[in-house]
Amino acid sequence: MIVLQQLINGLQLGSIYSLIALGYSMVYGIIMLLNFAHGDIIMVGGYIALLIIGAGIHPAVAIIAAIVGCMVLACVIEKAAYAPLRKAPRISLLITAIGVSFFLENVAQLLLSANPRSFPNTAIIPTANFNLGSLNISLTTLVTLAVAIVSMALLTVLVNRTKMGKAMRAVSEDMGAAQLMGINVNRTITFTFAIGAVLAGIGAILYCCKYPQVKPTTGYLLGMKAFVAAVLGGIGSIPGAMLGGLAIGMAEVIVNALGYTTWADAVVYVILILVLLIKPTGFLGRTMSEKV
Amino acid sequence: MAESELMLQAQDLNVYYGSIHAIQGVSFTVNKGEIVTLIGANGAGKSTTLNTISGLLRSKTGSLTFQGENIGGMAPHAVVRKGIIHVPEGRRIFSKLTVEENLEMGAYTRPGRELNDAIAGVFDRFPRLQERRKQVAGTLSGGEQQMLAIGRALVSRPSLLMLDEPSMGLAPILVEQVFSIIQEIHRSGVTVLLVEQNARMALSIADRGYVLETGRVVLTGPGKELLANDSVRKAYLGS
Ligand SMILES: Nc1ncnc2c1ncn2[C@@H]1O[C@H](COP(=O)(O)OP(=O)(O)O)[C@@H](O)[C@H]1O
Ligand SMILES: [Mg+2]
Repeated sequence: MIVLQQLINGLQLGSIYSLIALGYSMVYGIIMLLNFAHGDIIMVGGYIALLIIGAGIHPAVAIIAAIVGCMVLACVIEKAAYAPLRKAPRISLLITAIGVSFFLENVAQLLLSANPRSFPNTAIIPTANFNLGSLNISLTTLVTLAVAIVSMALLTVLVNRTKMGKAMRAVSEDMGAAQLMGINVNRTITFTFAIGAVLAGIGAILYCCKYPQVKPTTGYLLGMKAFVAAVLGGIGSIPGAMLGGLAIGMAEVIVNALGYTTWADAVVYVILILVLLIKPTGFLGRTMSEKV
Repeated sequence: MAESELMLQAQDLNVYYGSIHAIQGVSFTVNKGEIVTLIGANGAGKSTTLNTISGLLRSKTGSLTFQGENIGGMAPHAVVRKGIIHVPEGRRIFSKLTVEENLEMGAYTRPGRELNDAIAGVFDRFPRLQERRKQVAGTLSGGEQQMLAIGRALVSRPSLLMLDEPSMGLAPILVEQVFSIIQEIHRSGVTVLLVEQNARMALSIADRGYVLETGRVVLTGPGKELLANDSVRKAYLGS
């Protein structure tokens, strides 16, 4: 039973990591950028929800505002910071992303101070627990799993079935050829950032409901874990990001359950190093197939 | 031949890759209904020329006019909407998308209601693609990939089709097939700008040809004339 309990905890945490890892992976897939500002988008989403609920406005509004806020912010960052570097070396883009990340963290600190603020999680998901035998499942867990599953299912449909989704895959594979099809590449890239940020916004709310506080560096470690999840799953791969997120969540929960709580974050980095050493393409990394 | 109606006019193109001056004052025209070929050795600037027309590259000087409209400096996706379709060198099909999805991408600029008809038209021409419609394009043979690349261009119903070395890397029998497909497409009313290293085949189906050498047009004339030209025979036809 204790194993099952931990499994459920791991699924909850992992599905949040999956949602966030998707944004990393999709953006990498389309412009080969490790968007280190992605984690900080989550922090912004957390603050938006927190401040709006704090102002006495209905939590539904706060949730929507947080998600839309994340989306708009990601699009602005893409247009302002990344789009001008479309033809620049990848390293310039990477350094820019790190710069954007520092910028967001510092602006948050300036405006909202470095002190953590508690997140009104119960306003979003009321406290409730269900007992199945010795198994204890909170409403937060159920909501998290349901929302994550629905989000990922919708994403899968979007990417595989819609014209925009197909264009995203085409641009990911060959930007030049995609342009020759009449695809507006800039718009497709912005759309990819927007989708990734919407998932991050959803992830932000779910994460803050599980760990109810927000501080300017909230996005740092969370972003890092999601990044490792994306690499573990095979960066650029959408199902890979989902799997990688679950795996990282599980690993973290297992390490905690074994009592090595202080090691939980370090384990994530160990996983990163091992993946890069043993199988840099991750679970489902791209395999190039070319024929003449 | 429809000699008169000018479709594409390239005037004084100069294209650079950093400090490399790849295209040096190239000018040429394509009239409506023609097959025009650009021939020349590897590195002469043929692909660069096509990439400039389709908007992937920019010319520092001169002008590009298509059906009376200036298309110089236009983004590639906008050029496509004008009716110019470029089948790039090396085919560049989307290997992770299915055959059908590749064709859908080809029809990206068409209204959705025309999609099925357009794809059905390509399947009529290339029944092999229909058999493999759900297959991931990367698993096709080289010849099939070339058919897909051409089919993907046709679904958008181009007025001007630009083909960059469509016979490259294909077995002789497939080369014949590709050239007869090009002629068929041309007969159906599409103007063709054909880049080839297989100069003999290209000149034999072309109305006119331009010979490129290190970024310049060095010779031009009707296909048959160039085919008979001594210096062309020596340099490109191996006789
Ligand atoms: N991406 C590039 N970067 C730098 N130089 C290039 C690039 N592409 C082509 N070139 C150079 O431009 C010239 C023309 O190339 P290209 O147009 O590909 O010739 P062709 O298609 O006739 O073989 C060559 O000297 C080639 O080396
Ligand atoms: Mg070439």
